[in-house]
Amino acid sequence: MLLVPCPNCGPRNSTDLRYGGESHARPDPNTASPAEWRAYLYLRDNPAGWLRENWYCASGCRRWFSIERNTATNEFRDPPLPGNKRGGAA
Amino acid sequence: MAGLAGRLRKRPPKYSAAALAWKGLRGQSWPRVWRDCDLQRSYDAVVIGGGVHGLATAYYLARNHGMTNVAVLDKAYLGSGGSGRNTAIVRSNYLTPEGVAFYDRSVHLYEQMAVELNINVMFSQRGHLTLAHSDASLRTMHWRAEVNKLGGVNSSVIGPDEIKKECPSLDTSDHPRYPIQGALYHPPGGVVRHDAVVWGYARAADHMGVEMHQKTEVTDILCEGGDGPDGKGAGGRVTGVRTNRGDISTPIVINCTAGWASLISTMAGVRLPITTHPLQAAVTEPVKMFLPTVVVSGSLHVYVSQTDRGELVFGASVDPYANYSVRGSLEFTEGLAGHVLELMPGVSRMRILRQWSGLCDMTPDYSPVMGFTPVDGFLVDVGWGTYGFKAAPVSGEQMAEAAATGRTPKLIEAFALSRFDNGELVGEKGAASVGH
Repeated sequence: MLLVPCPNCGPRNSTDLRYGGESHARPDPNTASPAEWRAYLYLRDNPAGWLRENWYCASGCRRWFSIERNTATNEFRDPPLPGNKRGGAA
Repeated sequence: MAGLAGRLRKRPPKYSAAALAWKGLRGQSWPRVWRDCDLQRSYDAVVIGGGVHGLATAYYLARNHGMTNVAVLDKAYLGSGGSGRNTAIVRSNYLTPEGVAFYDRSVHLYEQMAVELNINVMFSQRGHLTLAHSDASLRTMHWRAEVNKLGGVNSSVIGPDEIKKECPSLDTSDHPRYPIQGALYHPPGGVVRHDAVVWGYARAADHMGVEMHQKTEVTDILCEGGDGPDGKGAGGRVTGVRTNRGDISTPIVINCTAGWASLISTMAGVRLPITTHPLQAAVTEPVKMFLPTVVVSGSLHVYVSQTDRGELVFGASVDPYANYSVRGSLEFTEGLAGHVLELMPGVSRMRILRQWSGLCDMTPDYSPVMGFTPVDGFLVDVGWGTYGFKAAPVSGEQMAEAAATGRTPKLIEAFALSRFDNGELVGEKGAASVGH
């Protein structure tokens, strides 16, 4: 079982959390071009290595946070940051 | 007589009962099925990925379009990725008209494959049941059945009594937590021996002059004129590929990889709407034949079929987080066993022999990404999620046509990368994923 280090609850089983995907800051909807908005909506870096991503601690503190994980080895890199699903600050 | 023997020797070796007897009695070994070639400096087209999709593309380039100066590159061995890890199910009962037409062509090509490639692919059209455990999923089954019928695909919704007749080992009573309420029954669906498909395409492509290069890893794609660094990116064009065995110049590069699709496309400066998730599968010890059809349950995240050897092959939904690691996990086995026992309580004493996983490139709409990209000469046949094997022959045929003619064939127009720019997604989640 993947242990995900929640900043509030400590290491939790990945089944206690919901995966929120890659963490990218949301462009400003008022100024973003259609191309930027499409890229934010659909395009992904999908690296085989370190990736900053969002998790939702569904069965614990019920907060979103972002953390770096290596998608090839499943190691986590400190520190987890509080955040929201859109990749911005809390 | 000598002339006849000479002519016979030049023909590709046939797999037949007579050949088996002849070779068996004389103690002869079978010839190597494909050649090991030296890497040339230049090809008319390079296919990255030696799985069913890449090999089918190369085969159809040679067969339908006369392009034989083609190289298929694989960083490991042929069929080492998803082609050897899938659960070998073939069907065409999809949800969108685009999907139904596309996958139906694939079933049609699978039906001809054994004769066309002269290899026994063991295509067993044993019927395919997609179970519904709720009103909502039963509604989706009716929807799919109607779309299927319009597309000329044999598909209908049946009730628990008929399910029991087709597949007596399923628990169709109201005892389980999620009782079976009905099913989408698709008689032409079935299973194929996936390794034979890889070998059949490789052998047929080899006979026509296509070169297969194993242990040849693409480390970069060479471009010029693009808007990104090193001439990559939109507006540019492909000039070649860099491999661990040297550079190759080519005007056409077709990315037929699964799992590494994003990484290969990034080499050409193309970002894809893809996230890579592993999907785990497992196989049990062999028992006598008792499961006559392929059984899928979307709500319970499981699909199961019995191989000709008697093993049950299980697959599940993709792991919930993006990952390039193909390690198995205990929670998968536990969850799978629980769901299978709910469907078929009779298999509780069967033991799981092994489990494995393969990488699935998931797209937002559960449809593939096929055809041209903003980089001229760089084509993609990617985003094959959990449905790549069943689409291999038609993907090869259509990608070969796109590469050879420079035009997108009608059958794959809907799957273009540009659909994400135009907001024309092909929502296939209701029929392509087991996690809905």
